[in-house]
Amino acid sequence: MRHTIQVLVENKFGVLSRVSGLFSGRGYNIESISVGPTLDNQISQMTIVTSGDDQIIEQINKQLNKLIDVIKVTDFTEFEHVEREMALIKVSPKSEHRAEALRIVDIFRAVIVDSSPKTYTIQVTGDGKKIQAIVDLLKPLGIKEIVRTGKVAISREGKTAG
Amino acid sequence: MKLSGAEILIECLRKEGVKHVFGYPGGVVLNIFDVIYGQKDVELILTRHEQGATHAADGYARATGKPGVVLVTSGPGATNIVTGLATAYMDSIPMVAITGQVPTSLIGNDAFQEADIVGITRPCTKYNFLVKDVADLAKTIKEAFFIATTGRPGPVLIDIPKDVTVSKTEFHYPATVDIRSYKPTVKGHMYQIKQAAAAIAKAKRPVIVAGGGVITSGAADELKELAEATKVPVTLTMMGLGGFPGNHKLCLGMLGMHGTYYANMAVHNADLLVAIGMRFDDRVTGKVEGFAPHAKIVHIDIDPTSIRKNVRVDVPIVGDVKNVLKDLNKVIKEETQESWGAIRKAWLSQVEDWKAEHPMAYEQDDVIKPQFVVEKIWEITKGDAIIATEVGQNQMWAAQFFKFIKPRTWISSGGLGTMGYGFPAAIGAQLAYPDRLVFDVAGDGSIQMNIQELATAVLNNLPVKVAILNNCYLGMVRQWQELFFDKRYSSTCLVGTPDFVKVAEAYGAVGLRASKPSEVEPVIREAIKVRKPVFMDFVCDQTEKVYPMVPAGAAINEMLLRPKDEKPAKKRLKAVK
Ligand SMILES: Cc1ncc(C[n+]2csc(CCOP(=O)(O)OP(=O)(O)O)c2C)c(N)n1
Ligand SMILES: [Mg+2]
Repeated sequence: MRHTIQVLVENKFGVLSRVSGLFSGRGYNIESISVGPTLDNQISQMTIVTSGDDQIIEQINKQLNKLIDVIKVTDFTEFEHVEREMALIKVSPKSEHRAEALRIVDIFRAVIVDSSPKTYTIQVTGDGKKIQAIVDLLKPLGIKEIVRTGKVAISREGKTAG
Repeated sequence: MKLSGAEILIECLRKEGVKHVFGYPGGVVLNIFDVIYGQKDVELILTRHEQGATHAADGYARATGKPGVVLVTSGPGATNIVTGLATAYMDSIPMVAITGQVPTSLIGNDAFQEADIVGITRPCTKYNFLVKDVADLAKTIKEAFFIATTGRPGPVLIDIPKDVTVSKTEFHYPATVDIRSYKPTVKGHMYQIKQAAAAIAKAKRPVIVAGGGVITSGAADELKELAEATKVPVTLTMMGLGGFPGNHKLCLGMLGMHGTYYANMAVHNADLLVAIGMRFDDRVTGKVEGFAPHAKIVHIDIDPTSIRKNVRVDVPIVGDVKNVLKDLNKVIKEETQESWGAIRKAWLSQVEDWKAEHPMAYEQDDVIKPQFVVEKIWEITKGDAIIATEVGQNQMWAAQFFKFIKPRTWISSGGLGTMGYGFPAAIGAQLAYPDRLVFDVAGDGSIQMNIQELATAVLNNLPVKVAILNNCYLGMVRQWQELFFDKRYSSTCLVGTPDFVKVAEAYGAVGLRASKPSEVEPVIREAIKVRKPVFMDFVCDQTEKVYPMVPAGAAINEMLLRPKDEKPAKKRLKAVK
């Protein structure tokens, strides 16, 4: 099963490689990982999307906790939470399809963040399914390039791990 | 007063009570070695290879419980310690390794003798540091010793660039450490401990499986109290040897791949395993699906990741083994009223039957059997010796035929299985205890992997006794080839082995040889008598195998046992001289 795990770590040199090394060294799989600052500039936040059976997920949680620089591990799968990902998609539709591209942007409440005579760059946020859906619709129109941030997640208020 | 980084380092070691550092000099650590030169509190033991330094520090740590300290230069010096770190890491041995690094301004430039040792050792240390500012040095060293010695211990590496050893700052050694993200759980959960006590009281066929955690946490007395009070037989992992007296009537010896028949049978048939400070290594479990199929499992360990990693666990207890056993013994004393003798009678007599069915044995004929050598060492020392080992058959025979009575008398590379470990480790142990008898039970292959440390032993008057079970082969690998590869002895015959007696003499040590069984005892006695390092070359049966043996992929009750009808090997390959 897929799990979204949030890890609070000391904002120190080398921590990301300790975490990614743990996953590669033990053969766990990382679907995405995103890292960013928190309000406390000594602490960074990582959101890791991984998958495995219960026993593997339990090990991943424990192994993360065992890393000296890890302050807290929260497996969001057990809690109500909101997940979002952002994608930037550069499309180059033929002129007869430019209007269709804009319609799709509208439907997904995405925005055009850059345009050129031949391309639009579309910014879309949502959960993984929504992003996949817009990608599927834009594909026939011609996608030149796509970049995705990987997931970030936050607990719903009142339903935190504590 | 301001001190240089090099001075701060030595000052910190002094504050940590470090008397000996095992090391080897080089360009970027010149300033550190220069400070060492000018003082007496911290003695540097110069080994002949950095790997030897790490194993010596490791042996020192296993013998004493105190962290071993290593100091080497950057680049090749640093990469040479990787095997030693990995060995210590696998066996949870406290160690602090200090490596020199190129100056901070050159890091990342492929500078002369630069190696990214922090990157290289990340997966084989408990933690590691690169110190970029002399102002952080003292605090870093304090944290390194703290991390290395607390929780589940392990090696910690500190990489110090040359300019940091030269820069000066005000010296202040912090009195305490507080790392918010590192708080090992040491006290067991009381509810779980009561569950464990209830399980022990209810069990019909319980077995205690004790591992290295018993040694690490100093819980041998508590373990003995538990076993004796509840009359539960005890088997030990290889790392646990010495954690429970090998000559105790409840002791089943070692379990696993080369465990005793009775230990493996007891575990296989148990309805309860009380696993204490062990991690269900694959050499212990054999085929996991077939491991202890009828048993409920109580698992006590300080490392939560050890629990449910390989086997299902019914009662997990995270905590320091000594604390947990103390609490468990108390609960059992106060809350259980079993008449233990009566409820264990049938089970203990079953265990005795297994012991009688296949005791640990071998047949001594006119060629020296390696087991005979180990048994003689046991008889002559009455078990009062520290036994280090190399890796291979020698290690297994030492584990099987020497009855370890006390903790910290067994020094052997378990998790990594590092050939070349035993001799330097014995040197480290001997340095810690100059007046005790320290042996290295060695193979003719393994001893050649760090044989250069003879110089270290001779120069420092460390009278380590090396018993080479010379079978002219990489015996353990040969055993697998004989049993599972149709006797195709690919690269396992050690042609070109030197005359170990002459090697010893060339270094200024003593060399002795026993070629027939009657010479074994006199050679051991002579070796003990001389106050010098000794190489004993025991010319052994080349075909002897380690039994029982659980073949790869089998469950531990599916052992290959000693073929009783096997004719003693008369034909011997010509000894290679
Ligand atoms: C550094 C290292 N290389 C290779 C091995 C694989 N290995 C395990 S046992 C063994 C043979 C050891 O030979 P020897 O020291 O003569 O011991 P014996 O088994 O003959 O007692 C080998 C090669 C190892 N454990 N360590
Ligand atoms: Mg050999």
